[in-house]
Amino acid sequence: MPTNNSNSEQTAKQEMLEVRVWRGQGQGQLKPYQVPLRKNQTVLDVITEIQRLQAPDLSYRFSCRVGVCGSCAMTVNGKPRWTCRTHVSKVADEGVLTIEPLRNLPKIKDLVCDLAPFIDTWQKAGAVFKPTGTRYDAPAKVDPDSACRRAADASLQCINCAVCYSACDVVNWNKDYVGPAALNRAWTLLNDVRHDERAATLDKVFEDGGCGSCHSHGNCTRHCPIELSPSASIAGLKRTLFTGLPGK
Amino acid sequence: MKERHLFLLQRLSAIFLAPLVVLHLVVIMIAVRNGLSAEEILNRTQGNYFWGGFYVLFVVSVSIHAPIGIRNVLREWTAIPKTQVNQICIFLAVIFLMSGLRAVAAVI
Repeated sequence: MPTNNSNSEQTAKQEMLEVRVWRGQGQGQLKPYQVPLRKNQTVLDVITEIQRLQAPDLSYRFSCRVGVCGSCAMTVNGKPRWTCRTHVSKVADEGVLTIEPLRNLPKIKDLVCDLAPFIDTWQKAGAVFKPTGTRYDAPAKVDPDSACRRAADASLQCINCAVCYSACDVVNWNKDYVGPAALNRAWTLLNDVRHDERAATLDKVFEDGGCGSCHSHGNCTRHCPIELSPSASIAGLKRTLFTGLPGK
Repeated sequence: MKERHLFLLQRLSAIFLAPLVVLHLVVIMIAVRNGLSAEEILNRTQGNYFWGGFYVLFVVSVSIHAPIGIRNVLREWTAIPKTQVNQICIFLAVIFLMSGLRAVAAVI
């Protein structure tokens, strides 16, 4: 039938994307797959297509698929990225995609890594909110135009994707370093007048492996998918040595 | 001494060192008239308390700044335990301070 012929011609002409996916538990290797190249295809679409049609045992993480949850971060062609908002057309290198788990975190299986060390750094950096009031108190009055609030707002939208942690070379070579995300969060808390333990947080960010270990490479800021600047937050933390706690 | 104090000391000593190093280099370049000789240097420095004070401040700043920097390098790049790294750097600070002050005393 003419329709069938036309379909088979289309299939024959279908441009294919060469995808190399890291497979294994602990030890592993890159395994090649071929996926039809489509318009407006994201890297997460590609991984999902491989998992649904070619490798049902492929493990990977995703949830919202729209850049909110931060769970689908992986290394794509050598750079950490949020795969759900990364278009293949922007990152494919001559029709080839290499997808690996995030760097600087223990690998569990395939594209899934253990985020526990990343989450632990938040505790270590004192980046844990302790409220000044209780649920029975009236909401605190915070001036949205105050310097503190503007500094906190600028760093607040972190989605905990661990892209900055993966991009950071200091995290890679210094296992004590808490990393950019935890320090960025600590900076927002230091600028939050509702945080009851600002002095304790400031003490913790300067402990061994804290903001003093940052070399200001800027990889965190360069790779942050929502364009925050952990580098600026860390610089703010360092400045507190001369200026003290941020004012209200 | 806490990490934050070391961090602060290294930045403060750097604030002093930056202009001191520039002036030191400028003097080297413009002061040498008849070849770099011990005699010419001593003629300029002996009895000159400005240069005495200048180089005392220089030596003290270096003795604070350099050992803290070396401590960071050793901690990041070697497996030497923290206590030993601290001991090495205190030793270096003492050596820098003593040899530097001795050199200043010798030319003033």
